[in-house]
Amino acid sequence: MADARVIPIKGTQRKSKAGKKPAPKAGAKKTAAKNPAPKASRGSSGAAAAATAEELFEEVEHNPLPGTEAAPIPVSEKVAEFLAFLRRRVTGEYEIDEFGFDRELTDKVLSVPFRQLYKRWFRIETRGLENVPDEGGALIVCNHSGTIALDGIMTALAISDHHPAERSLRLLGADVVFQSPILSELARKSGATLACAPDAERLLKSGELVGVWPEGFKGVGKPYSERYKLQRFGRGGFVASAIKTGTPIIPCAIVGAEETYPILGNSKMMARLLGLPYFPITPTFPHFGPLGLIPMPSKWIIEFGEPIYTDNLDDSIDDDPMLVFNLTDQVRETIQHTLYKLLVQRRSIFM
Amino acid sequence: MSRVVLVTGVSRYLGGRMARLLTEAPGIDRVVGVDVVPPKLDIGGAEFVRADIRNPIISKVINAAEVDTVVHMGVIATPIQAGGRMSMKEINVIGTMQLLAACQKAPSVNKLVVKSSTSVYGAGPRDPAMFTEAMEPRHSPTSGWAKDSVDVESYVRGFARRRPDVAVTTLRFANFLGPVVETPMSSYFELPVIPTILGHDARLQFVHEDDGLAALQRAVQGDHRGIYNVAGDGILFLSQAARRAGRPMVHVPRFGAGTVGAIVRRLGLADFSAEQVRFLAYGRGVDTSRMRSEFGFEPQFTTEQTFESFIEGRELTKLVSPDLVEATEERLASALSVNGANNG
Repeated sequence: MADARVIPIKGTQRKSKAGKKPAPKAGAKKTAAKNPAPKASRGSSGAAAAATAEELFEEVEHNPLPGTEAAPIPVSEKVAEFLAFLRRRVTGEYEIDEFGFDRELTDKVLSVPFRQLYKRWFRIETRGLENVPDEGGALIVCNHSGTIALDGIMTALAISDHHPAERSLRLLGADVVFQSPILSELARKSGATLACAPDAERLLKSGELVGVWPEGFKGVGKPYSERYKLQRFGRGGFVASAIKTGTPIIPCAIVGAEETYPILGNSKMMARLLGLPYFPITPTFPHFGPLGLIPMPSKWIIEFGEPIYTDNLDDSIDDDPMLVFNLTDQVRETIQHTLYKLLVQRRSIFM
Repeated sequence: MSRVVLVTGVSRYLGGRMARLLTEAPGIDRVVGVDVVPPKLDIGGAEFVRADIRNPIISKVINAAEVDTVVHMGVIATPIQAGGRMSMKEINVIGTMQLLAACQKAPSVNKLVVKSSTSVYGAGPRDPAMFTEAMEPRHSPTSGWAKDSVDVESYVRGFARRRPDVAVTTLRFANFLGPVVETPMSSYFELPVIPTILGHDARLQFVHEDDGLAALQRAVQGDHRGIYNVAGDGILFLSQAARRAGRPMVHVPRFGAGTVGAIVRRLGLADFSAEQVRFLAYGRGVDTSRMRSEFGFEPQFTTEQTFESFIEGRELTKLVSPDLVEATEERLASALSVNGANNG
């Protein structure tokens, strides 16, 4: 069953598995000793459960000194929690919203590998998170890059893990995402929906945070030589949706994603053969096969700009194409300038 | 003013219950039910007339009884019940044409209620998450029951144009489910192993049979012209529903689904047409805000509760029973502990 992927095998700091190194286990044992196991039936084996559970959970506390203020959660409880999660998965006792967003699955399973990428590989730095509102609808508009749309996932993680309100960013995905099997399923479950006006407006109206990458494939599939040059911003549909719902637009600039998979060439023949919008040739792909999927460890900065409010505009204004174009340009210019600013500040691609 | 209601498709479960409900409803004097076969269920105080709506004889029934309200429930979703796809299409399309032609000629008719389906929106990857009544399908259905429903609705629109004095209410129902009603979805979830499309997980919405009948009754008794989506709140993923039913799933690649569907259909287990396969891949959601604001209807069952009621009503034995899962959870928890103790 797909759920089996839940188990992140690696520990955080210590790369060893429990049972080989004595030190962390001793710590864990102490944890259990200090915090009597909640269930009497498992009381005697609490410490043992703790030792094994290290394989399962990365955030095992290993400093349970007596009198510590924040008592760590007993590991046996974590095991129980994890098994309860598995049980809910097997019996279908979980909730999804009308778009198919499965918050629990996203948080506990789908995000797990990307969280590691976020923290350790790209070492993402966020700026201007205070510009993202704690509640209510808002449209986050970002620059698109990086061959594989990792920037969307990373921006969503930046907000869900680092914003004080821990909000979920609802991504708007391209047609091709929802046409491909597996990807479409994962996209829906992680809260994405098709980039179309009815869905965007429905999400914004219900007070969700919506993320859009209006450059689309023109952005992700552009050659490395054109990095950080914003492409055309679609047809400005996102601006019309924001005006209609009176929600603010937050321009967001992402630096670093351009270097993850530098596109040196594009095989039009392969793209046509596979029905893809483009077929990238990067320094490592396709000649190193799956190894080519490993992204370059570039240093990322995600900066959220000041919101552009649309609620002061007249509702009928979304019928005015000139205003929509102007506002689109304003958002685009803001992102472009922020990109230039961040690029100047960045010391190197990898630092 | 006396009211006479004609119900088509009265020999099937929903039609029969509808007729019985209407005889008990205040303000309705007479209920006439028509169908080609006599009803197996008790239709209460309703009169049964054996008539085929595909035949002009229906006109005589309407005129003789001076029918003022017609409830069209004769659109069949299950080819097995109708005796094959060809005859199902005959009943659905030709039947509706004849019925509407008869209604058009009958001066006594002033209201038409049509039981339609959300399948008219089709199903596909470019669908919006939730369809409102005003939206056009992005992937128009090309075959099967969904195509029939589209045709039926187009005839109803034509009728409404020609007889503007008749109040026409079209209710687009999500998939019916409940303890008794037989639908393609109910037979699908009764399969011992549920075939699903590999790499797709459809979003499903259900409407409980009681809610569906209550909505139809409301349409008969009130004046609500227009088209309304009717569905229980909330969404279930196909995989989630299968797990709740305790049914194991087998994932079939999209290109092999047709073959599996044909086998399942040949065995008479469930209707698994091409259009059904498409629906099981992409699913569909409909917006019900108009149902609440304009039609003024509040369903008693959510999608989840409808599915629960279906499982309980059918007494489906869960092959993957929650008890078993819980026991496994307990065993696993203690096994993990024991394992750790050995290491320590």
